[in-house]
Amino acid sequence: MSKQIQVSGLDAYYGGHKAIEDVSMTIEPRSITAFIGPSGCGKSTFLRTLNRMHEVIPGARVEGKVLLDGEDLYAANVEPVSVRRMIGMVFQRPNPFPTMSIYENVAAGLRLNGRVAKSEMDGVVETSLKGANLWNEVKDRLNKPGAGLSGGQQQRLCIARAIAVQPQVLLMDEPCSALDPISTLAIEDLMAKLKDDYTIVIVTHNMQQAARVSDRTAFFNLTAQGKPGKVVEMDETSRMFTNPTEKATEDYITGRFG
Amino acid sequence: MTTKVSTRDGGPATSRPASRRSHGEGPFRYAATGAGIILLGIMAAIAVFLISEAIPALQANKGHFFSELVWDPNGSQVFGIAALAFGTVLSSALALVIATPIAVGVALFISHYAPRRLAGPLGYLIDLLAAVPSVVYGLWGVAFLVPLLKTPSQWLNENLGWFPLFAGEGAIGGKTMIAGSIVLAIMILPIIAAISREVFLQAPKMNEEAALALGATRWEMIRMAVLPFGRPGVISAAMLGLGRAMGETIAVALIFPATFDITFEILTPHANSIAANIANGFGEATPIGRGALIASGLVLFIITLLVNIAARMIINRRKEYARAGA
Amino acid sequence: MTTIQHISTSRRIKDRVVQGLVYLAFALAVVPLVSVLWLVIKNGAARFDLDFLTHSMRNIGARDVGGGAYHAIIGTLEQVLIASLISVPIGLLTAIYLVEYGNGGRLSRAISFFVDVMTGVPSVVAGLFILAFWVLFLGQPFSGFAGALSLSILMMPTVVRSAEEMLRLVPNDLREASYALGVAKWRTIMKVVLPTALTGIITGVMLAVARVAGETAPLLLTVFFTDSINNDPFSGPQMGLPLFVFDQAGRPNATAVDRAWTGALTLILIVMLLNLVARLIARWRSPAKGR
Repeated sequence: MSKQIQVSGLDAYYGGHKAIEDVSMTIEPRSITAFIGPSGCGKSTFLRTLNRMHEVIPGARVEGKVLLDGEDLYAANVEPVSVRRMIGMVFQRPNPFPTMSIYENVAAGLRLNGRVAKSEMDGVVETSLKGANLWNEVKDRLNKPGAGLSGGQQQRLCIARAIAVQPQVLLMDEPCSALDPISTLAIEDLMAKLKDDYTIVIVTHNMQQAARVSDRTAFFNLTAQGKPGKVVEMDETSRMFTNPTEKATEDYITGRFG
Repeated sequence: MTTKVSTRDGGPATSRPASRRSHGEGPFRYAATGAGIILLGIMAAIAVFLISEAIPALQANKGHFFSELVWDPNGSQVFGIAALAFGTVLSSALALVIATPIAVGVALFISHYAPRRLAGPLGYLIDLLAAVPSVVYGLWGVAFLVPLLKTPSQWLNENLGWFPLFAGEGAIGGKTMIAGSIVLAIMILPIIAAISREVFLQAPKMNEEAALALGATRWEMIRMAVLPFGRPGVISAAMLGLGRAMGETIAVALIFPATFDITFEILTPHANSIAANIANGFGEATPIGRGALIASGLVLFIITLLVNIAARMIINRRKEYARAGA
Repeated sequence: MTTIQHISTSRRIKDRVVQGLVYLAFALAVVPLVSVLWLVIKNGAARFDLDFLTHSMRNIGARDVGGGAYHAIIGTLEQVLIASLISVPIGLLTAIYLVEYGNGGRLSRAISFFVDVMTGVPSVVAGLFILAFWVLFLGQPFSGFAGALSLSILMMPTVVRSAEEMLRLVPNDLREASYALGVAKWRTIMKVVLPTALTGIITGVMLAVARVAGETAPLLLTVFFTDSINNDPFSGPQMGLPLFVFDQAGRPNATAVDRAWTGALTLILIVMLLNLVARLIARWRSPAKGR
């Protein structure tokens, strides 16, 4: 249930402002692709175009093509709602629904698609929480509010919520930036496990993290302030971090700017 | 020590105010504190003077104040609050039932449906409903709404007359409970809508995005992330609206026919309320009559006070919850 | 084979139905506003002339045409002005106490809570209170001033809340900069905090005035009725514009009802004008308020 994403000639706008320009890339299934780059370079914006979350912001729009196993997500007859059902997302700050229990949080996505038998739902919740390495910590308090968990646990709960609907792709927007190092490690371990089943895309500010977890890395940058962001270089992560082709990539990775 | 001083002096300033003594500081401070205490004093005085001026009339009452339907303090000196209190509760409850769903819809329209650029002006349009004076609504109710409701009332009575609210014989339509309740609903709608709109706008964006990213439609997103968050706010908004409806005077004084009976037949010309009775009865009231009206006002004051305190407590608790969760 | 499935028809329908209901709710809410304004303009325009604005009802018989609301307009202006003179200082000082001195103590929490509760005091109760206290207990006559007292009770909580909100918007940096120069706290409030918040406070006061200018019930119980011009708010019954509308609307003759509509039109014009000016001041001061 893992699919390939092909992007070609993609521009994204906020009103009149062009945030990213002419992005083309292929994201392979069953692998982790990392986006790195300085703040404001459009990597998060680009991530949000992959599940049509970008257009949620008033005035935001997208031009270009995003193909999921050959099918254009931006075709006229495709609804954003069904795209998001296929492509899950984990956000920068853990955002479990505060009024729902742990169980209900995980079940939330599934319940959208109609009635599910209790036993089946129990099974999905357990599988998802196990999949997110959280089951053992919460199995005795599934009916407690999700907001009562620690930050790292909340983020894993959000991952469980995202994988409960069995998406094709999992997008992660700086999922560890609000977490402590131990929780970060737990998430990174989880990602390594999840890539057996999912296409994973992660935006990160942390270059060590990109180097540790990802198979391929794309470096985003903007030529000048106020100009749209572009992909400077994309390659195998090992190659990117040892022997980048572009000068800008090397400067960024070695900490000379950004 | 710096912190100690600033705690005592108060104010949001964290650093210590100037140490140099100033002659104006003391008086100014006392004036500000005194003004606050005056406000508390006024609230207490309202209770005290309503009670003290109601007592003579209550003592002269030849009926039982809480159970008597009749209101005749000027003549036979028999008067009771029962029918009036019933009318107040029924009319404002009906108003609430009519206004709340529409107000929540309006609030959602402004917060989550209307195009961003139009949301502000359209919200202002709804606020303007609150700016129309009560007496104008009364005038409008009598001249426009009452005739308008005649035919639908008769239809409801003929076809759904088995339903207690639509029952009744003889005259149907005219200056009815339902006409007054609709006017009350219009008057409290902007209050409920304004508060609901605020809490809906405060619903965490990150939870809304989480819902959308799960593949929720707009309505499903609102049901998952906006309504549960906004529920306490909407409840207290509705209660504030209820308090307002109960105390609303002039509009219903013009519409209600000033009858003194307890009936659920909202399509017949039988309706009154405490506030309407005060407005309609004051002109011809004897000293006992005035005292009786003040006594009824005291009941109204206590009911609205309780409703408002309950509403405020819900809001305040929610504020703390929101702050703790932020 | 398509990967991307459409959402189920029932979900789509539900989403559309709710959207329809939400739009409908808004339309339903606007209908009475349009209807009220239309009716008031249509029925009020006939008598909206110089005669109406410059004459009282003195010596106008029950069925006579003519007559006007001059006495009521004068009364309303005086009553609202006096109410403001009473409630603005008390309200503003209370707000200053809550923001600058109260510091979340028990007294400030009690005041804050009861200010909220006071906004819910029905206007007719405010009128009854002044009737009980001022007229019956102290033995003072019905007068414009008594009406102003009852209006001021309705204004106070509104003034406190809006002033409080504005004072809290004043950045602490400004206060601290002033303290750092050795300026005393009360002078800082007078010279720095209040001027910064001034336009916001004015807006709040104007909205409060707009609210009480349309109140009828408290006037009914405190200023009584008169058909004559009484320029002195301290002695004898006065009239108020809302009261004039109520009075004329209750009379059985078409000429009186016409006057009621014109009075309503005048009242709405005054109230809307106050509202509009208040909001314009607010907007003019904070052009970049929108997020």
